[in-house]
Amino acid sequence: MKTEIYQPEREEKREDLDILEQTVLNEYKYGFVTDIEADEAPKGLSEDIVRFISSKKNEPEWMLEWRLKAYRQWLKMTEPNWANVKYPAINYQDIIYYSAPKQKINPKSLDEIDPELRRTFEKLGISLDEQKRLSGVAVDAVIDSVSIATTFKDQLAELGIIFCSMSEAIQEHPELIRQYLGSVVPATDNYFSALNSAVFSDGSFCFIPKGVRCPMELSTYFRINAENTGQFERTLIVAEDNSYVSYLEGCTAPMRDENQLHAAVVEIVALDHAEVKYSTVQNWYPGDKEGKGGIYNFVTKRGICKGVHSKISWTQVETGSAVTWKYPSVILKGDHSIGEFYSVAVTNNLQQADTGTKMMHIGKNTRSRIVSKGISAGRSQNSYRGLVQVGKNAEKARNFSQCDSLLLGDKCGAHTFPYIEVKNNSAVVEHEATTSKIGEDQIFYCNQRGIDTETAVALIINGFAKEVMNQLPMEFAVEAQKLLAISLEGSVG
Amino acid sequence: MLKIENLQAGIEGKQILKGINLDIKPGEVHAIMGPNGSGKSTLASVLAGRENYEVTGGSVTFDGKDLLELAPEERAGEGLFLAFQYPVEIPGLSTTNFIKTAVNEVRKYRGQEALDAVGFLKYMKEKMAMMNMDQSLLSRPLNEGFSGGEKKRNEIFQMAMLEPKLSILDETDSGLDIDAIRIVSNGVNKLRGKNNSVLVITHYQRLLDYIVPDFVHVLYKGRIVKSGTKELALELEERGYDFIKNEVNVGEEA
Ligand SMILES: Nc1ncnc2c1ncn2[C@@H]1O[C@H](COP(=O)(O)OP(=O)(O)OP(=O)(O)O)[C@@H](O)[C@H]1O
Ligand SMILES: [Mg+2]
Repeated sequence: MKTEIYQPEREEKREDLDILEQTVLNEYKYGFVTDIEADEAPKGLSEDIVRFISSKKNEPEWMLEWRLKAYRQWLKMTEPNWANVKYPAINYQDIIYYSAPKQKINPKSLDEIDPELRRTFEKLGISLDEQKRLSGVAVDAVIDSVSIATTFKDQLAELGIIFCSMSEAIQEHPELIRQYLGSVVPATDNYFSALNSAVFSDGSFCFIPKGVRCPMELSTYFRINAENTGQFERTLIVAEDNSYVSYLEGCTAPMRDENQLHAAVVEIVALDHAEVKYSTVQNWYPGDKEGKGGIYNFVTKRGICKGVHSKISWTQVETGSAVTWKYPSVILKGDHSIGEFYSVAVTNNLQQADTGTKMMHIGKNTRSRIVSKGISAGRSQNSYRGLVQVGKNAEKARNFSQCDSLLLGDKCGAHTFPYIEVKNNSAVVEHEATTSKIGEDQIFYCNQRGIDTETAVALIINGFAKEVMNQLPMEFAVEAQKLLAISLEGSVG
Repeated sequence: MLKIENLQAGIEGKQILKGINLDIKPGEVHAIMGPNGSGKSTLASVLAGRENYEVTGGSVTFDGKDLLELAPEERAGEGLFLAFQYPVEIPGLSTTNFIKTAVNEVRKYRGQEALDAVGFLKYMKEKMAMMNMDQSLLSRPLNEGFSGGEKKRNEIFQMAMLEPKLSILDETDSGLDIDAIRIVSNGVNKLRGKNNSVLVITHYQRLLDYIVPDFVHVLYKGRIVKSGTKELALELEERGYDFIKNEVNVGEEA
């Protein structure tokens, strides 16, 4: 077998980021609660609740039917148990499925947003004030079940770009939603996608028309605030022929002793020559040192490279959540299409992560690249699970996978589960894996140069994760580097 | 500057240093020679504060401070630098970023303001010119894939960047080609001053032609068994360690 490694071209070589100067945080700093009145559904799940959510959102009949169908399917399904994670059974009747801050419905302008909510996002470092924002990033801010504001909508609309909340998209662009919603992740795909399809509350919709290069980063910031609620967001990105968009997703939640469920679905469609970059910095509350509380993050993310020469690239930095179950995937249908998955997953204390990707090669000359960096500390468990599938018509498909694990201490676990299914002889599939420990000699070397152990660990893990961090848009990269350092604080020395 | 008195230390219960005495005054250059396994690197590690070495007796004062009380990074802040015999690799971490962090951490310790990107770059450029250091190495991940000689060059470059009071060079010459030895020695000599001292650990008299020591000591079985001037190094080169070993072993028997 000939060895060919697919190397994506680097857009720019960037200078080293200076993380350490500001990093002096000890705790999860997003753990506060905003005191706002909420409009909530009663606890529990039933057809009535599904109807309740749909009517709260004034949805058309077809949407309600779509939800009910998903709900009925969900009832027949069972929760998956193949992931390398353990958690007590979730009582789906003990969750609130809809919670919206009581504020003026659909504020007409950004000035009408409840000041308390505005402050909440300010505290999270997200300004909803267009003037104050550094140019180049548009935000959709989602709290619990609803989107409260979307910035730069008008400027984007001038280019024909639609960037709005999912609720609004259902009202304003029903033809697009009907065409694409569930087209990549069908409601019945899995237990959590069925649940999400039944009760999803809000999320973002992005549509980039033919030939348009989106001039700014689009981003959605998800915040869980209310107690006992689950968050079920739904994101859909459609990139038409020859278009480009880079999309970012960030998330945080208050510190609570109870576990909260987050079951999102993200779908991406890339048509001919389109490119979508999707980056996530996942920082849901991970629970405390003893493993109490934290978010269950059960997410289905999938993109389809439908058109020829299209490209979808997932980059994720996963530091939060008590339990993560997440496999951003790409269906490589169009000939010459490209799928990429870059991941850093950090687990500390009692966190558990089972994450990876699926690359499904269907078209000819399709290429995929997987770079997974797992960092485990404390008593955590960190698993990479990846599937590379080459269909019988995928002539000359190529995949390269690199899965590296870094261990801090000897009570944590790192696991790799690569699955490879190849039905075409011309395919080249390569997998490399390494496991290493942060060496005492590496730390001493740094110490000898005046660098304390905590900073040394931050330098070493940032070096380890560099290839993935380099994929992040600049605005996110600095935050993400700090986050890595903070998540591992107290794990060495 | 550095005063070592009856220093005893070991690792995993094994006694390696068996009572070292050494007094290095400001501006002096001392060389330590000695057969393989005699404890030279152990001494360097103990002085730098490597955790797994256990000090079982004696004392070390550095500039009036009890060195053994300080954490390794504090020792670096106080101005102690060790050029490692085997520098480690840190994959992915750019050498420049590493050095910048080190410089600013040490500055912080010394109560100086951190250098910003521009200030740092200017400072680094000066030192690069002084040490004949190549840019391409500095933009690569720390020591990753560096040749043996490149690693040693990088050590001495870091020494120049950190401006230590006392530099310990542990076999910095081994692995260097003849030109590199000259460059590295020139660099060390440029850093010499009336307040900077150097402790050179080496097997070869050749290096001492370039970095001329004030004193030469022979370490054998965890003790300094002979001290002298530069001529002692020449004598060792000619006669090997046997005559010293014999002297010591005879002494031990007596
Ligand atoms: N971690 C360790 N465990 C056990 N023995 C050790 C350890 N580290 C060093 N030693 C032993 O201590 C002794 C002194 O080692 P050291 O590295 O200080 O010698 P050296 O004089 O630097 O030798 P060389 O000239 O070969 O560099 C050797 O016998 C070595 O095997
Ligand atoms: Mg040695």
